[in-house]
Amino acid sequence: MKRKFWSLVSLALVLALLLSACGPKATPAPKSIKIAILGPLTGANATFGASNRDGALMAFEEWNAKGGVLGMQIEWVLGDSQCDPKAGADAAKKAIDEDKVKYICGAVCSSESIPISQYANEKHVVQVSGTSTNPKVTVDDAGKVKPFTFRVCFIDPFQGLVMAKFALNNLKAKTAAVVLDVGNDYIKGLAEFFKQAFEAGGGKVVVWESFVKEDTDFSAILAKVKDANPDVFFIPAYYDKVNLIGAQAKQKGIKAALLGGDGWDSADLDRTAADGGYFSNHYSPEDTRPMVVDFVARYKAKYGTVPDALAALGYDAALAILNGIKAAGVDDPDKVAKAIETVKFEGVSGMITFDPLHNPIKSAAILHVTGGAVKFEASVAP
Amino acid sequence: MQKTLGRFTLFLRRRWYIALILVLVLLWLLNHARQNPQLFAQFVVDGLRLGFVYALVALGYTMVYGIVRLINFAHGDVFMIGAFTAYYASTRWHWSLIPTMLLAMVVCSFLAVVIERVAYKPLREAPRIAALITAIGVSFFLEYFTALDFVFTPNFISFTPLPIKFQSWDVAGITVSNIMFIVIGVSTFFLVLLYYIVYRTKLGKAMRAVAWDKPTARLMGIDVDWVISFTFALGAALAGVGGMLYVIVYPQVRTFLGVMPGLKSFIAAVFGGIGSIPGAFVGALSIGMIENLCGAYLSSTLRDLIVFAILIAVLLYKPTGLFGETAKEKA
Repeated sequence: MKRKFWSLVSLALVLALLLSACGPKATPAPKSIKIAILGPLTGANATFGASNRDGALMAFEEWNAKGGVLGMQIEWVLGDSQCDPKAGADAAKKAIDEDKVKYICGAVCSSESIPISQYANEKHVVQVSGTSTNPKVTVDDAGKVKPFTFRVCFIDPFQGLVMAKFALNNLKAKTAAVVLDVGNDYIKGLAEFFKQAFEAGGGKVVVWESFVKEDTDFSAILAKVKDANPDVFFIPAYYDKVNLIGAQAKQKGIKAALLGGDGWDSADLDRTAADGGYFSNHYSPEDTRPMVVDFVARYKAKYGTVPDALAALGYDAALAILNGIKAAGVDDPDKVAKAIETVKFEGVSGMITFDPLHNPIKSAAILHVTGGAVKFEASVAP
Repeated sequence: MQKTLGRFTLFLRRRWYIALILVLVLLWLLNHARQNPQLFAQFVVDGLRLGFVYALVALGYTMVYGIVRLINFAHGDVFMIGAFTAYYASTRWHWSLIPTMLLAMVVCSFLAVVIERVAYKPLREAPRIAALITAIGVSFFLEYFTALDFVFTPNFISFTPLPIKFQSWDVAGITVSNIMFIVIGVSTFFLVLLYYIVYRTKLGKAMRAVAWDKPTARLMGIDVDWVISFTFALGAALAGVGGMLYVIVYPQVRTFLGVMPGLKSFIAAVFGGIGSIPGAFVGALSIGMIENLCGAYLSSTLRDLIVFAILIAVLLYKPTGLFGETAKEKA
């Protein structure tokens, strides 16, 4: 019994020594700025986190090569938030309390970004997420904006708006059919905002039909769409349903152009079923804007692959932080958060400014599914 | 037929409120049909297409129930295996339609016989509820085993390219496609073939004898175990064809695709009178039609609700279904 007690005490002492030995190393070197990059680095969504990290790292390295920000070099720490609320909160605590960062770039999933934002706002740490689309990331439950949290991706309702504009202006559509899954907030949000914007712009929604997640037979809905013969057919679902609906629409002989949101953005999208369709996305590597061409070339040279939307948004999130620090002129999160609210910069995903709810105001990329490939079609501003 | 109709009118006379509801629904449908006859015809045609697929599956339920009094809940998953077999045969090995179909039939028959021998035969003398629960177990096993990463994966897989080139025509404002003709043609062929086997061959006679009275059939020199296995194989072969047709119409395969069509076909079999072959056929066409018209004139989200409500109503008011014999069960 006694021996056990003493062994525990000695173990505790050794641990304390080890920890204190680590301590001094973790304190920031003078004249440097420390930024945490959080995201899922393990688990089912690990590729999301990896792209996001690679994009952000590229921004940091480029700024360091140009002399850093405010004359200080940028240092970074990585945290694994696993797309999980609990792991996200732990990663945020570690970054803020142990690594003493004042800025967080991330995270990726809304589920992890929300708990991170709570802790970051409590501790006055600036957070910019690249890819979390849930409205709750930047506003709290009462609808009040979180002063230290921003995002550079547009939120779901925005895509409905963009697609409505694209249908009205680019495709000259007058009538539209909309189908939606009533059990999915993302899909419902897109559909409702599309309808609002489309009708506000003088269009008419002639078919508005809902389905449930388990459905595979859409013939009743599609017969109605065929009968109404709309100019565009908005299907803001995920690619698995788009494949089914698209294929059955082709069987029915529906000629309307299919439209969708970033739920279509998948390697598994059936390009024959969705042929001729357009969908909105955060960015396209085929965009011809110099900033994008440049980014894609440098990313390819560094990592050997074409950057996906997550990498582009990770890069833009890092740019938002760096531009904010530069505009504030001082390494103080309170001032930087204020500065980001008014900053304007060119990111890979567009010219970015922030609205009062800390969401970006920027254009969306519209992609065209044609001849078995997905091509960049246009850039649409809200 | 005359007898069935007579029984049915008697039933309606006794339950006049059901007759009233039926008449109201029909009037309501007629009203819609009058407003837009083309669209109505389109819904009916689509409903028929779905109904023929259900018919192929419902026959398996009804035959197996007729012969061993077992509701084979794994039937929907045999249907799914048929769909996957067709998918692999036509996208990986580029087989054409007929060989693909034959392979799906063989694979499903074999699987059904294995299931019957392993899971149901040892329980034939056990209380019926034991076999029923085993059937549910087999169903879950097939779904979750095939969803493993090294089997079929849990993903939604697009069925492209299809084994046949798709074509469609506009006939008087109604879109018909070659897929629809294939579905109806293939289904009708197998339904006629099945009818022939069951009512015109010696084997069919043996099946009916076993369904009627197993011990006596055995005394007459019929190999009862063999006949039961054959019935499972026959039902599964039809389900295999149904699975293939289903994924050609709705070109996506995943391991849970058999659940809903399986349940709907079961409802069709109950609606038509479980144990009755013509009943399963008529029931399946009705369910396909009801489903499509619900989606058309009510809402797609209400569709499944209505179909399951029909199951409950049938079980409450007419458990023998449209064509079912009045219970002639022996212990």
